[in-house]
Amino acid sequence: MSTQALTYLFVGITFALYIGIAFWSKAKDTRDFYVAGKGVSPLANGMATAADWMSAASFISIAGIIAFSGRDGSVYLMGWTGGYVLLALLLAPYLRKFGKYTVPEFIGTRYYSDLARIVAVLCLIFISFTYIAGQMRGVGIVFSRFLEVDINLGVIIGMVIVFFYAVMGGMKGITYTQVAQYCVLIFAYLVPAIFISILITGNPVPQLGFGSTVSGSSEYILDKLDRITEELGFNPYTENTKSTFDVICITAALMFGTAGLPHVIVRFFTVPKVKDARKSVGYALICIALLFTTAPAVGAFARVNIADSIQDTKYVEAPEWFKNWENIGLVAWKDKNNDGAMQLYPGNAFEEIQPSFSEKVGQYGERVVTNNINEDSKNELYIDRDIMVLANPEIASLPPWVFALVAAGALAAALSTAAGLLLVISSSISHDLMKKTFRPNITEKQELLYARIAASAAILVAGYFGINPPGFVAQVVALAFGLAASTIFPALLMGIFFKEINKEGAILGMVLGLVTTLSYIIYFKFIFPELNNSEYWLLGISPEGFGVIGMLVNFATAIICLQVFSKPPSSVTNLLNSIRKP
Amino acid sequence: MNKYWQENLRIIFALLSIWFLVSFGFGIIFSEWLDQFKIGGFKLGFWFAQQGSIFFFVILIFVYVHLMNKLDEKYKDKEK
Repeated sequence: MSTQALTYLFVGITFALYIGIAFWSKAKDTRDFYVAGKGVSPLANGMATAADWMSAASFISIAGIIAFSGRDGSVYLMGWTGGYVLLALLLAPYLRKFGKYTVPEFIGTRYYSDLARIVAVLCLIFISFTYIAGQMRGVGIVFSRFLEVDINLGVIIGMVIVFFYAVMGGMKGITYTQVAQYCVLIFAYLVPAIFISILITGNPVPQLGFGSTVSGSSEYILDKLDRITEELGFNPYTENTKSTFDVICITAALMFGTAGLPHVIVRFFTVPKVKDARKSVGYALICIALLFTTAPAVGAFARVNIADSIQDTKYVEAPEWFKNWENIGLVAWKDKNNDGAMQLYPGNAFEEIQPSFSEKVGQYGERVVTNNINEDSKNELYIDRDIMVLANPEIASLPPWVFALVAAGALAAALSTAAGLLLVISSSISHDLMKKTFRPNITEKQELLYARIAASAAILVAGYFGINPPGFVAQVVALAFGLAASTIFPALLMGIFFKEINKEGAILGMVLGLVTTLSYIIYFKFIFPELNNSEYWLLGISPEGFGVIGMLVNFATAIICLQVFSKPPSSVTNLLNSIRKP
Repeated sequence: MNKYWQENLRIIFALLSIWFLVSFGFGIIFSEWLDQFKIGGFKLGFWFAQQGSIFFFVILIFVYVHLMNKLDEKYKDKEK
């Protein structure tokens, strides 16, 4: 069977599975729709959380980012896992104990204010849509690369699938499809990683292979990488280039942001008991760590592979995978020194980073790049970071079914995250805005209908962004985490641990935290991108790390309001006392 | 403040100190100093930054689960 037929088969089987699960787990009432009837086992919820959390970006991009940035990539590894410790110790058990359906609902009740709830809903919707646009785009890209269908058609297929299980099944449908999606995605990630680890180091465990010697030599992988990168003029692979303070801020913003992401928090509302919520965060982190500890190994192997198979290789002898990805335009080569061989050096090969091609074929059969050459660099290659995971099976010459598996895995990662985000958007609209604020008299049935309508509308909006991606998708990741860190996380933390914080403090805190972070990021990412370097940054903090400052502003605001405005009513104190008991 | 809550806060504080130490401490601030030690092919600081801290995060959560279950048991009996 051809690779493409196999890919259709694998993707088809997994999609049929997801839709089957959707029929089996149809939501009967709002409790099913919002929190899966609170009957999900901690292990299933842990797997679902992991699938929810690991997006197309984690599956496809993170290993590539690390391959090209070496130790600097550590901020993502620690930042996107360390937040779970905060979630387990500071938020999940208490929010579960509070026992309601959504994150804004807790904020609205704890701060005895509809306005606080509405501000929280707005923050939530903003964070979630920012995130979701990237997922739908990821679905489209995987479809176009692996199945050779049009990107837009790919997005529409993705929308239809998500529509099935998110609108029908609500949280219940999503949970069980996410469990299946986790299994697909982790299997698809580990299989090629294990093969490549055996190939390069002889050790089948990538986490250990990462610290082993290269097969048939006594040189450690990481020493080899340091040597190669240094020889070619890059920063050594295992050394930092960023300032320590900035690294601290970015890592912290990602951690606090992770703990403040509504679609992750709400997953812990679905387990039966408080005890289960704690345990479930642990299972979730194990499931996530399996991928996140494999990723740096995959990144290192990929970098070794590029050095061994590409550097100074004649283009005519380039490996098959190199030419496949060149055909799709994610790899490009321009022979600057006219030796017919490919060289990867620091700096961009071309003036505009992304290559564009003419129809012509060059002297050696390469695709001719029409970009202006960057004369300041000897670098001849453009290699898109996102191909590292997708190209792995080809690089290691694995059988075609592995390739098909990776396609199914990448789709599982993107769809599961998109569905989780859609659900928090729809429940915050139907529950927090309609039922709790504007239409308190609607019946249970009507509320469920509103939830389904909101989910459908959210899918359409997400699909629109997938087909017409706003130019800023790549930049907005910083935004989503920065905003979660500076608005929702502090509101929840103070809400649980500090009884005296009043509604004015919470509302003004969220608003000022939001404004601080948003304006800093917009200033450097959109208005003056040319100034976006450490010379101009406030205290040397990059926009990615500025959520931490937003968070501090939020805390400070709440403390000032404590002196100015009156204390929370006794009903709130009683509520907090009740979640402080076993 | 009730005793259960105080003990709970003590557990959180102790575990978060370790959380801070393995990530921000070993993984970032003292990371380059730790690089002088090696385990296998890893410089120790690099290992903490790219793998070690994550293993510690997992362990920390399960230690927390264990301690809290014990604490819940202890105070459940007293309340009855």
